[in-house]
Amino acid sequence: MEKRGGMATNNSVPLAVQLSGIVKRFPGVIANDGVNLIVRRGEIHCLLGENGAGKTTLMRILYGLYQPDEGEVLLHGQPIRIGSPKAALANHIGMVHQHFHLVPTLTVEENIVLGLNEGTGPFLQFKKTRQKIRRLAEEYGLQVDPGAKVWQLTVGQQQRVEILKALYRDADILIMDEPTSVLTPQEVDGLFGTLRTLVAAGLTVIFITHKLNEVMEISDRVTVLRKGKAVATVNTPETSKAELARLMVGREVIFNVEKKPPKLGEKILDVVDLHALNDRGLPALRGMTFDLYGGEILGVAGVSGNGQHELSEVLTGLRKATEGRAILEPHDLTECSARTIADLGVAHVPTERIRVGTVPTMSIRENLILKSYRSSAFCKWSILNEKAAYENACKAMKEYEILAPHDGTAVGNLSGGNIQRLVLARELSGSPKFVVAAHPTYGLDVGATEQVREVLLKQRDRGAGILLISEDLDEVFQLSDRVLVIYEGQVMGIVPAEEANLEEIGLMMAGSHREEVTS
Amino acid sequence: MMKTPAWIQIDRRPSPSGLTVFAISVIAILFALVMAGLFFEFYGVSALRAYGYIIKGAFGSRLGLTETVRGMIPLLVIGVGLVVAFRALFWNIGAEGQLLMGAVAASGIALFSGIPSPWLIPAMFLGGFAAGALWGVGPAILKAKLGINDVITTLMLNYVAIYTVHWLILGPWKGLTQRGFPYTDRFPTAAFLPMLGGTRIHLPTLAIGLVAAAVMYFVVKKTRVGFEIRVVGENPDAAKYAGISQTKITVLAMVISGGLAGVAGVGEVAGIHHMLFNPSSIALSYGYTAIIVAWLARRNPLAVILTSFLFGVIMRGGDVIKISLGLPFQLVNVFNGLILFFLIGSEIFVRYRVRFGTKKETA
Amino acid sequence: MSWESWVISTISRTLAYGTPLLLATLGEIYAERSGVLNLGVEGMMIVGALTGFAVASQTGNPWFGVLAAGVVSGLFSLIHAFASVTLRANQVVSGLALTMLGLGLSGVIGRSYEGRPLMHTLDKISIPLLEKIPVLGPAIFQDQNLLVYIGIGLAILLWFVLFKTRIGISIRAVGEDPATADSLGINVARVRYLCVMVGGVLAGIAGAYLSVAYRPSWTDGMTAGMGWIVIALTIFAFWNPISGMFGAYFFAGLFVLSFRLQAWLSPELLKAMPYILAIVVLIVVSRGTLQKRMGAPSALTLPYTRGED
Repeated sequence: MEKRGGMATNNSVPLAVQLSGIVKRFPGVIANDGVNLIVRRGEIHCLLGENGAGKTTLMRILYGLYQPDEGEVLLHGQPIRIGSPKAALANHIGMVHQHFHLVPTLTVEENIVLGLNEGTGPFLQFKKTRQKIRRLAEEYGLQVDPGAKVWQLTVGQQQRVEILKALYRDADILIMDEPTSVLTPQEVDGLFGTLRTLVAAGLTVIFITHKLNEVMEISDRVTVLRKGKAVATVNTPETSKAELARLMVGREVIFNVEKKPPKLGEKILDVVDLHALNDRGLPALRGMTFDLYGGEILGVAGVSGNGQHELSEVLTGLRKATEGRAILEPHDLTECSARTIADLGVAHVPTERIRVGTVPTMSIRENLILKSYRSSAFCKWSILNEKAAYENACKAMKEYEILAPHDGTAVGNLSGGNIQRLVLARELSGSPKFVVAAHPTYGLDVGATEQVREVLLKQRDRGAGILLISEDLDEVFQLSDRVLVIYEGQVMGIVPAEEANLEEIGLMMAGSHREEVTS
Repeated sequence: MMKTPAWIQIDRRPSPSGLTVFAISVIAILFALVMAGLFFEFYGVSALRAYGYIIKGAFGSRLGLTETVRGMIPLLVIGVGLVVAFRALFWNIGAEGQLLMGAVAASGIALFSGIPSPWLIPAMFLGGFAAGALWGVGPAILKAKLGINDVITTLMLNYVAIYTVHWLILGPWKGLTQRGFPYTDRFPTAAFLPMLGGTRIHLPTLAIGLVAAAVMYFVVKKTRVGFEIRVVGENPDAAKYAGISQTKITVLAMVISGGLAGVAGVGEVAGIHHMLFNPSSIALSYGYTAIIVAWLARRNPLAVILTSFLFGVIMRGGDVIKISLGLPFQLVNVFNGLILFFLIGSEIFVRYRVRFGTKKETA
Repeated sequence: MSWESWVISTISRTLAYGTPLLLATLGEIYAERSGVLNLGVEGMMIVGALTGFAVASQTGNPWFGVLAAGVVSGLFSLIHAFASVTLRANQVVSGLALTMLGLGLSGVIGRSYEGRPLMHTLDKISIPLLEKIPVLGPAIFQDQNLLVYIGIGLAILLWFVLFKTRIGISIRAVGEDPATADSLGINVARVRYLCVMVGGVLAGIAGAYLSVAYRPSWTDGMTAGMGWIVIALTIFAFWNPISGMFGAYFFAGLFVLSFRLQAWLSPELLKAMPYILAIVVLIVVSRGTLQKRMGAPSALTLPYTRGED
């Protein structure tokens, strides 16, 4: 679609993008609930919100990866239907995803040109391509060697390639999805410089983030999304981190679950200066220190991607720590295998409960003994005790209200809620002393969520120490006795739940240390 | 999903029942039978007549039935091992080579070890198992530790095994009594496996096969190790989460699979040929045919008894049509290939349910 | 025979024997580069061999035979493409099935051609000036088949296409990261189908070379496992057509030498070398950066679906 002349304006500034009444539903959740977004031409517009707020979904609609269920998209004032990324690119919309769409074994210029109909016939005009790339690189300050293979580049350089890819296709609207989550601070500065140059040249940038610092530093305007709705749009110079934090996390009443005061037992977990790398080889945990007592729930609050996943994996033996200790008397968990840790009575409700926590093709009965099959209760002389497994399954299904025709049903056939109950039943049935619960109610309906929370509280009353990782701040506050805020792999602060102040927590989640916040 | 016209709707079948799987497999075989039938017609032979010959040849006489079982034995033994390997998600394409190495070990022990009977035959079986297991363990370790593709490594070792046999029969083990033919000497009679009177059914191997099928069924379904194998094969991520060592399980599965293939090799040289000679005449593609046997058995060790019998019939059928109808034995390969294609083609009907009608909007 | 003529004839026979290896390997390289493992090479080659012989016999023109072989094997390979790409079936099993089917069909249909001589075989040619070069001249440029030179030319051409053209980039992207390729508008299925067919066509021509030029005749199973060497060679060549060319001649050389050096070196060892070398290569390449530089295409054997359910 050619760029048309006339356009809708908002305060007589030309509009680049207008999303109007966008609704997008997925099974069980409304990702975008009537979202309106107006992005002016030539501005850097931030989309701010926690995970699950709907930011990425909204942009994926703009980029043609999803189709909205309701609402319309206007580009430069003209309504348009973007059916695929190819169509988006043809409309000069480019997107740099969180996980780059680059082929590592190809060179920079090959990646940039991939899928384009350039050159004469099947051949490539490498010289022309290279010239154009160099020109764009110079114009926008994106230095990179066109002949280098992508796997040889740093993450920051790879991101530049992604940007160049969009620019090469004459993008004038650039969407960046959490671009700084993979960058070093220096690279972040570089990126911001680039964005300012792009905008000065007339491009429009939409920047998805959860980090308040960045919003304040780089954006002209910011739209805050919360739980699928657009809560507010403000001019950045006229707002503050505090206000944004409040908008981001909301002001609902947070205490509505009956919770007995904690009966603290002994210290069961002592984590000191824990370091670990993520799958890309970058630091994910950068010196975490905290402790956990029996009989309490320590909630880990933070936007997803700040190290929670790696933390849960290190504590359960699925990832090696690079430094530091995690003492579960008398063992150091960082030196134990997953098997040993499971045998020690550490329960793990994993983030990806189906993919990692169950074997979907196996039955309920077998999944319930996925970790305990080695114990003498279920295994004698190497032979599995089917009767014991059956009884265990019946008990668990009753106690945790797992609804299924019978215990032999394959787990893959169960609903999400029932699978979660199964995982909980398995993990919590052995009276564990330490429980790592990652996003335990993610994707569950209200009823199931209530049940899960009750179970966790029961365990805590029983004396277990629970590390609760959740993106749902409500949940963290309802259930936790203390709240630890994690940001970029570090502990920003640990606050007793009754003293917790949403604004403070929000600021910590977005990068401020506790001392800065409470002053 | 692939793009389908609006009037075809494909959705994932949650958990195919055993009956569904069986029915679809049977239909696939029938399709293959029909297509092969076309071949017979092409040669001017009535398909029904040809199939009649095959049935008669495979079941109709004592010779026929015993020859069918003779073909079944190595397929059964190898097939059970392959089911175990496939269950652990290890693609053992190297059964042919493992069989040959088992044959080599057995031949070496028979000809040169000097072990007296009655220990000779058990020693041969043990040696054959060990040789086959060793041949299979290498690729298992390479996959577990270095992530190297199991298909390629097991496949390549097949040819190394073939050339090893060639070298032995033309070189150090060349028979002194064989008038220059590339054979080893005939085994001493102490190394001859007991046969079912007057037939070519070598009993110990058959027994091992049947026992192995039952044992492996029990192991996979009811033991701790079997549980671990199944978890590794059905969700390696969950296996890691549960603390199961993928390396140990893969290696174990290949010890069993390679070892059983080696045992089949022992059976062939000690039961049928009584010497080591041309590797392709010993292996007779059993290693590859057993892949179809295991695939058709849908990873159930007991079902291998049935499917190996079926392919025993097919192989016997190949002989029959060669003798009675003058048709080339290669038709067996055509038939096997067709069955395999229809089987994997039918997988999509097992995994997905195809319906006709317009798509309803999903929430 | 004199040392000189020994060398000449060794090189000459190496080139001849290496040509079908080269042709089929070039095809398999393309298939695997797009992410599809095709173990059906042996089946496709022998189908080509029979087709080549049969058409050459019937028409009296060996080149028709070669062309027909390419076409027929190309169509034959579609079965594997359909199973692997559209039905997303297990590529290992599908390839093995293709080989079985190919061996069986050719064995059956070829029966009436067994033992028949071929009247018109592919002529040998000699390149006028170049054949005068001492030693190498007669070795390379004398009495060779045109297909030998076509093979070398194809290796260079296919290398160029794979690494220097837009099509090649698309192919490589599809084999490494089909999701990315798909998001940029490349039709993953179409690229894979085409590459598998290229593999089929080349394997067919390779087979026809055997039956129409190298040893003009037809025998059941005459490819004698060459298809499996091709699988090994594809790995040994790091999925690169030029390396594939050198590798093909290297393996062919091993084969030729295995006969000639029989008195000194066990021929079986030399014949087993290609397979052992392939495993060695895989081990060497399994480490980190080498894996990226020269390793297998990352999506090899993995069927692709857009956005899993």
